[in-house]
Amino acid sequence: MIDFAFFVEIIPTLLSGLPLTLQLAGWSISIGFVLALLLALAQQGTHRILVWPIRSFVAIFRGTPLLVQIFLIYYGLGQFRPSLQAAGLWWVFREPYWCAVIALSLNTAAYGSEILRGAIQGVPRGLAEAASAFGMSRLLTLRLVILPLALRQAIPSYSNEIILMIKGTSLASIITLMEVTGIAQGLISQTYRAVEVFVAAGAIYLTINFTLISVLNALETWLTPYRARA
Amino acid sequence: MMDALHILSFGKGGWGAALLLASGVTLSLSVLGFLLGAVFGAVAAGGRLSSKRLSCWLAKGYGTVFRGVPDLLTIYLLYYGGSIALTQIGKFFGGAGFVGLPAFATGVLAIGIISGAYQAEVYRGAYLAVDHGQFDACKALGLSRLQSLRLVIGPQLMRHALPGLGNVWQLVLKDSALISVIGLVELMRQAQIGAGSMREPFVFYVAAGTLYFVIAAATASVFRYSEARAWRGMARA
Repeated sequence: MIDFAFFVEIIPTLLSGLPLTLQLAGWSISIGFVLALLLALAQQGTHRILVWPIRSFVAIFRGTPLLVQIFLIYYGLGQFRPSLQAAGLWWVFREPYWCAVIALSLNTAAYGSEILRGAIQGVPRGLAEAASAFGMSRLLTLRLVILPLALRQAIPSYSNEIILMIKGTSLASIITLMEVTGIAQGLISQTYRAVEVFVAAGAIYLTINFTLISVLNALETWLTPYRARA
Repeated sequence: MMDALHILSFGKGGWGAALLLASGVTLSLSVLGFLLGAVFGAVAAGGRLSSKRLSCWLAKGYGTVFRGVPDLLTIYLLYYGGSIALTQIGKFFGGAGFVGLPAFATGVLAIGIISGAYQAEVYRGAYLAVDHGQFDACKALGLSRLQSLRLVIGPQLMRHALPGLGNVWQLVLKDSALISVIGLVELMRQAQIGAGSMREPFVFYVAAGTLYFVIAAATASVFRYSEARAWRGMARA
């Protein structure tokens, strides 16, 4: 019943989309993480002029579908081509690739900043006070005390966000980027064998996710040796 | 700016009514999908908690697959897979040509399956959070399994489940935009149609985003209200 020959045929085709999927995910997860960290840190202060716009940005990107965000950046901003050309930014917004990266990065930055904000606030106050009693500067406290603890604390939640981003890259296929899901859709409409293609493409995504989760779990165990020994 | 207001107006040549109607489709699609997901989720949570190894294994597999595979891929599977099966059945009865699955029903099913995988985790966690003494009390009262679930465990379980369910609902609402790829005219698709015919993508996608945002905010308050109601009479820290 199971047609192995068909799997052997489609898997290399699907895998040809893997580099694009990984690239989109890699770019957006890295850019998104840096942005998320900056946004989370900026919200620790009490400057309302800084906090309020960030809160709005986070609310907007968490409250609307990723697809709307991608379309708004790719098609919506395309409407302002003359101004973008004048600003020398058209080469970015002309490419579906960069539009997808921008949309995915901003999206994950919004979710990630909430995760990191919570993690930073979860660091016991006494530790920061102890650091300042030692005469450490705020930046040094952040670098040596707060961030190491907060980032470790954030690993489980941030892993979920990373998996969501891997899944999110599939939306790039709607703006013509042929990554794994885009190729899968093409294969289904050519061969009419939805189940086999789903199984093969799904296996690719599950492998990526499983690998990432194992790496992140290993990272967490490595960073919390006292807990692992118990 | 006047242009944008005119495009989104409710009068002649305005798209306001069409977008609002499409928001209704989005909302009903999401609600039905979420409810179907509650059924799948409850069954899967039951499977995860069951002592039978096979049902536990099946429920785990369901969760892993549909939470790990892109939702778009699941939607394609159901739409094309269902249509192909339907075409085969059509051929069997002497019909000819491709039979497409109704997009709305496919959408509800897709959202149901995907959100069910997430809801299962919520229900499982909530079930485990119910104080163990309550189960013993049910036994002491001689309640049947179904009775204790309905009268004692269920209501208490919902207290713990509601925050998680609220998160899943937000996910569902945003996921419903993906159903536009199979041609259902919900909010996202309607915005695409408008953007194409008026050549004003920016206005339409901002409008669609705003409507999603409003629906999300309004429905979040429903969950907040239900949570407050579920915890009435209980002291909370």
